[in-house]
Amino acid sequence: MAGVNEEHGEAVPGAAACFHCGLPVPAGSHYTVTIDGQAQTLCCVGCQAVAQAIVDNDLLDFYRLRTRDSQRAAALVPEELKQLRVYDSGLMQRSFVRHHDQDVREAALILEGIVCAACVWLNEHHVQQLPGVLAFRVNYSTHRATLQWDNRRIQLSEVLAAIAAIGYRAHPFDPGRMESLQQREKSAALRRIAVAGLGMMQVMMMAAALYIGAASDMEAGMRQFLRWVSLIMVTPVVFYADWPFFQGAWRDLRRLRPGMDVPVALALGGAYLASVWATVSGSGEVYFDSVSMFSFFLLSGRYLEMQARHKAGQVAEALVKLLPASASRIRGGQQEVVAVAELEPGDQVLVKPGETVPADGTVLEGVSHVNEALLTGESLPRLKQPGDAVVGGTLNMDSPLRLRLERVGADTVLAGITRLLDRAQAEKPALARLADRVASWFVLFILLLAAAVYGWWHFHDPEQAFWITLSVLVVTCPCALSLATPAAITVATGRLTALGVLTTRGHALETLARADQLVFDKTGTLTRGELVVTAIKVAEGQDALQLRNLAAGLEQASEHPLARALLAFGPEPVKLSALVSQPGQGVEGEYQGQALRLGTRDFVAALAGAGMDVSAAESAVPGATAVFLGSRQQWLATFYLQDRAREEAGAVVRELQQLGVGVHLLSGDNEAAVVQLAQALDIPSFHARQLPDTKLAFVRTLQEQGAVVAMVGDGVNDAPVLAQAQVSLAMGQGAQLAQASADMILLSENLSLLPTAIRLARRMQGVIRQNLFWALGYNLLAIPLAASGMLPPWMAALGMSASSLLVVANALRLRNG
Amino acid sequence: MEALFMLIPIAIGVMIVVVIAFVYTVRSGQYDDLEGPAWRILMDDDDPLVPHKRPKPGKSPGE
Repeated sequence: MAGVNEEHGEAVPGAAACFHCGLPVPAGSHYTVTIDGQAQTLCCVGCQAVAQAIVDNDLLDFYRLRTRDSQRAAALVPEELKQLRVYDSGLMQRSFVRHHDQDVREAALILEGIVCAACVWLNEHHVQQLPGVLAFRVNYSTHRATLQWDNRRIQLSEVLAAIAAIGYRAHPFDPGRMESLQQREKSAALRRIAVAGLGMMQVMMMAAALYIGAASDMEAGMRQFLRWVSLIMVTPVVFYADWPFFQGAWRDLRRLRPGMDVPVALALGGAYLASVWATVSGSGEVYFDSVSMFSFFLLSGRYLEMQARHKAGQVAEALVKLLPASASRIRGGQQEVVAVAELEPGDQVLVKPGETVPADGTVLEGVSHVNEALLTGESLPRLKQPGDAVVGGTLNMDSPLRLRLERVGADTVLAGITRLLDRAQAEKPALARLADRVASWFVLFILLLAAAVYGWWHFHDPEQAFWITLSVLVVTCPCALSLATPAAITVATGRLTALGVLTTRGHALETLARADQLVFDKTGTLTRGELVVTAIKVAEGQDALQLRNLAAGLEQASEHPLARALLAFGPEPVKLSALVSQPGQGVEGEYQGQALRLGTRDFVAALAGAGMDVSAAESAVPGATAVFLGSRQQWLATFYLQDRAREEAGAVVRELQQLGVGVHLLSGDNEAAVVQLAQALDIPSFHARQLPDTKLAFVRTLQEQGAVVAMVGDGVNDAPVLAQAQVSLAMGQGAQLAQASADMILLSENLSLLPTAIRLARRMQGVIRQNLFWALGYNLLAIPLAASGMLPPWMAALGMSASSLLVVANALRLRNG
Repeated sequence: MEALFMLIPIAIGVMIVVVIAFVYTVRSGQYDDLEGPAWRILMDDDDPLVPHKRPKPGKSPGE
């Protein structure tokens, strides 16, 4: 009897990187593409197809131009391509297509998989060369594209398929209300910055003349003229550009909860009014330069913050596209295509293989596998039979299902998750809340102090009282203080986003910096979430290669993840006839007149009968799923499929431990699989067969011991645990629902971003501390000087500006290194 | 020095023109993508002008 034959083993450390996506190529991989006369190795069939498409379309410059590796391309499934055709119907296009005339149409697309500027180049060139495409332009910042095409010459689905062929996914979307709201907010912010910036430059020029004039002696007429000109130029800055600060301050005051806007508005308003008075009366000092500069800095900071917020919002929007926009409704025995919005509870719908379930319901008829990976993180599809509940947004894999809908629209599970995400994003980060609380005390303190200073000087030197009070207000303006934290967070968030780590909540980075325990949820975090044949056992006298090809041939038409693994395992799939798929059991087919079965033990035994012997053991490889192949005479082979650890996982675990972070592994999987993984990766603390509540208890115990826990998960099924941990990270591609409840998202599948993020978060923490220390130190030093009248207001303004600049420059250090 | 009494108002006029121009650029969407164009110019196709090795179209290299 043949032994277990390790044909497709673990990847060797230091294995070659995939030419397309840069992930390590598994040992024994046979995917290559000839590029510039050289054979390049690729990690999977998806990457191979994409690289071949790029070569065939003469777009090789992409590989020369790109600055980062592409995302791993998932193999295209015929069903998915078929599904794209739904977008061609006029009914569907109503919601997202604009008509220029009868046939020239325009649509907005979300592009998934854009990692660098060369991706934009590749997409634009590939799509523009399609006949019938009139214009195609990709926005690199937002990963959105606008497409204009002639409907007589090309269909939308063909364009989408062309984009899929080069390894990207495009989804039509309806920009909608949210989008235009953000657009308006952004353009208003830009206009305000422009006004403040231009005003600042002009006023600075006048200010330089005035300062020099004060040193040499300028004639009074010229001085007055320059002051009046400055006044004219600063007025639009204060009344237009700074308007949001005054609005915010007024709102805060009415609610009696003064925030940062109050001292900002007070300082701006005070300095402006005092300068106006000085100009009109021709006495004292003017601070127009400080007013305009302060405005410009603050507006720029807020603009950057706003952009980070919008970026996070776009992730939420990506979830919406999970739902199909149309469904086939069955009414009175007739099938009709209707928009999902028109569905009602009680309706019966037909979901074909490859289609997404439109709403939550129950199966009435049909047996099929449904992929719930997006909702549960479960990599294997679940078998659904009549009476089972299915959830909207999940993918039907292998045969038609008739459903009765129970909940539609806003009542569905998916809608609930989207709402949660919205709420999470609307809530203010804890650090900002703290800054606000501190600010309200600080403001109160400043106001009392200013009043006291004014009172004291009023009795001692009434001439000076106003100017000294103003000095105090200007010098205490919490400009540096209010920039200290946001500047550092903005820069760090921006850098992480560029690396592929999205921060959805403000507190995430700050908490991540303090995290000392990190808990992995096994499925899909440490493993690739994709099955691979790790071992094969063949009957005596059989040719292993031939059996591999037979298995691949049998699985040719199937979509099951097991099938994909087997398909990838056979180098040259054999053509078979009479292929029949038995949901939940396996596939049957004929080869040279001989019936073959591939699937579960019972399914194959029913054909092979007594030929099936004990050697076809199910548990020969611990933790593996066994798939059997048999003919009418005998059992032929057993394939063992396993989810493998990510290549970089071991190094990441070691690095985390070096950073002083304890690593734990919690998993719902069986003991054997978890032990194997934990030993392979050198994780001392691991627990198998964990349920959501035992996971929760584990995290709580850690926290009771005073640990700050970071949790890395990949599914909504860990939502409670992710919420219990102080900071949560999710990983995945595209619009995985797991992202819903996580504070941070690793956009690429590269685990090594984890230690990078922790290191950056710690550096950010350091910068914030330095900034706060400096800002407070400066205020504490300057206030007594100003209050005692030793600091003229212009010097106060200079100090204030210098301290803000220093804080921003310090934060910018986070961009490098 | 008297020239300033004329030059500075002109400067204010120029500033107003610049603000109007900027508002126009914002409205016409030129700030929608701040990263893309910087890269786009580097990836312009000047290949037809530069004779160099390119795989002949039609003869696509296979596996």
